[in-house]
Amino acid sequence: MAGLQVPLEHVMLLAAALFVAGLAGLMARRNILFMLMSLEVMLNAAALAFVAAGARWGQPDGQIVFMLILTVAAAEVSVGLGLVLQVQRRFKTLDMDQANRLRG
Amino acid sequence: MSDMLWLIPLLPLASATLLLVSLGRLPRTLVAYCGAGSVGLSALLVLATALQWDGEPIVRTLWTWMQVGDFAPAIGLYVDGLTLVMMSVITGVGFLIHLYSTEFMQEDESLSRYFAYMNLFVGAMLILVMADNLLFLYLGWEGVGVCSYLLVGFWYRDPANGAAARKAFIVTRIGDTAMALGLFLLFTQLGTLNVQAMPVLANARWEGGETVIVLATALLLGGAVGKSAQLPLHTWLPDAMAGPTPVSALIHAATMVTAGVYLIARTHELFLLAPATMAAVALLGLFTLLLAAFTALNQRDIKRILAWSTISQIGYMFLALGVGAWSFGIFHLMTHAFFKALLFLAAGAVIHCLHHQHDIFRMGGLRRRLPLVFWSFLIGSAALAALPFTSGYYSKDLILLSAFQFPQLGPWLWFGGLLGAALTAIYSFRLVFIVFFGEVQTEPDKKPGWRMSAPLGLLCLLSLFGGLISLPHDGVLGGNEHPHVPAAIEWISIAVPIIGVVLAYLLFLGRQWSLQTLLDSAPGRWLTAFWQSGWRVDGLYDLLWVKPWYRFTYLLRNEPVDRFYDGLTLLAAGGHRAMAYLQNGRLRWYATAMAAGLMILLSLLVGAP
Repeated sequence: MAGLQVPLEHVMLLAAALFVAGLAGLMARRNILFMLMSLEVMLNAAALAFVAAGARWGQPDGQIVFMLILTVAAAEVSVGLGLVLQVQRRFKTLDMDQANRLRG
Repeated sequence: MSDMLWLIPLLPLASATLLLVSLGRLPRTLVAYCGAGSVGLSALLVLATALQWDGEPIVRTLWTWMQVGDFAPAIGLYVDGLTLVMMSVITGVGFLIHLYSTEFMQEDESLSRYFAYMNLFVGAMLILVMADNLLFLYLGWEGVGVCSYLLVGFWYRDPANGAAARKAFIVTRIGDTAMALGLFLLFTQLGTLNVQAMPVLANARWEGGETVIVLATALLLGGAVGKSAQLPLHTWLPDAMAGPTPVSALIHAATMVTAGVYLIARTHELFLLAPATMAAVALLGLFTLLLAAFTALNQRDIKRILAWSTISQIGYMFLALGVGAWSFGIFHLMTHAFFKALLFLAAGAVIHCLHHQHDIFRMGGLRRRLPLVFWSFLIGSAALAALPFTSGYYSKDLILLSAFQFPQLGPWLWFGGLLGAALTAIYSFRLVFIVFFGEVQTEPDKKPGWRMSAPLGLLCLLSLFGGLISLPHDGVLGGNEHPHVPAAIEWISIAVPIIGVVLAYLLFLGRQWSLQTLLDSAPGRWLTAFWQSGWRVDGLYDLLWVKPWYRFTYLLRNEPVDRFYDGLTLLAAGGHRAMAYLQNGRLRWYATAMAAGLMILLSLLVGAP
């Protein structure tokens, strides 16, 4: 079964909607945990777009990039969670608006 | 031996470096040994080179200084007869003066700094005369200028000395700028500054009298005039007497101030192509020697009298160069180095023994108190006045007779030089009679030791018999045939200095004649004041240059040009503050800003046709 079963536009719209949702979450939430989760959503939105495009043109590249994004996301989460622990330990809060000591 | 040539300038330079780097922490005896010893060794090397010299120029290229396109000046040495004479004078007289300094400067707290500068000077001066191209020569030229500045302002705690040092530096700098322009012009025209190649190319390129070569030599003359304190840039030399007396002897009498004479002699084949510049050299020399002689007649400060007489004697050298008697000019340079160093060192001994007294009218009767100094001064003055059979007699006589032979202007140049010679005799013996005869005004409180006496004795011998030395530079420079003039002219030239001495005797010692009534009259007073101030040249320059310059700087005191750049800095600082405000440490704000930026970029890219 080659090709994409649903129109590409729909998938792209879904990916865009997911991306915007993630971005909105990133900008709106103050808790660093939720910000990380929003980031994951954005990454996955991009990955979805790649997979869909790869399927549409019957190329493996889309899935390879998906694997890459998965790896990046895993690495990002491991670093991010480490940061979360440090932030909690130093500031006794996860509110990123409180942790703004690095300002000009 | 000629392969040791590079050691000659290097020894004093190395010693200077050592003394500067040690920051005065070396023991004083070691400083003295180092300072005088290095120059002494150089002198020995020069002697060895001179003894082994076979008459052919020695060329040694050490390394290429820099390579810019076709332009590759070398750090190279070129030693011919002319260079050898200069080297002997610099290291020989230089060593005697260094030896003298070890006693003269004994009590000075900055002995190490003194010898460092003196050695640096000797090194730079040797580079100047040994350079095989004019660019390398210019390096030495500027080096001696810096040393002159440093040593004139050696006792820097007195602001007047600092002012004198700055004046010396700035006035010579005017000449140096002209010289640099001359070098540029010569290089663009000939494509080389090498002293061997330049005359050949110039002779091939020009017939003589073209504007370019006249301009180039005139610019070189500008440099020579500045360094050698000739009109119109002579005003720095009398003030340069603010330095220690041995400095005046070495730099401002025997060697550095004659660098201009050396430059013209070195490039004399270029000057031969420019008769107009040659005439200018002769006339400048004549005017300077007369102006300086009249001024020396009216000074009270023992060192200033000698300074003006130096200017006047260099005037004779320029006169000789201008009439094409190159050899005699350099001959006079050498004899002048002997007797003027002797006079300055003797004056230094007088000053040293009389608690730093400079006023000749507070001295007197020193003949019996300081006999060696008296004899030194007498011999030096006799040579300066060109009394028969002293060294100065041979050189000055030859210059005067050569001047007489010069076409058209000749007799006038001769007459002017003769008037100068009479004045020279009068002012130098005025000095002798006032300082060493008459009544004792100030008792000397010490006697010069052997390190001061020995150089005086040796220089006495050189001043007496230096005229008999046959010079090796005759092959390099033309114009060394004994001039053929009517016998009467020769006799007059010999007699005039003697008449001058007799006049000085009648006026200042015997007091048979008194000029008092003449001096007290209104024109007499005006004339004395006029001459005493050096013909008001300083005042004229003050009016023409210094005062307008001060006024100009006063207008610019708030630095109007800087306002524009101040505005730029204010703008940058404001922008910085605004940007720093964005850096608020809020992660979400950064994320939003990045998203917004990305949006704008994307919309621009997508919207672009």
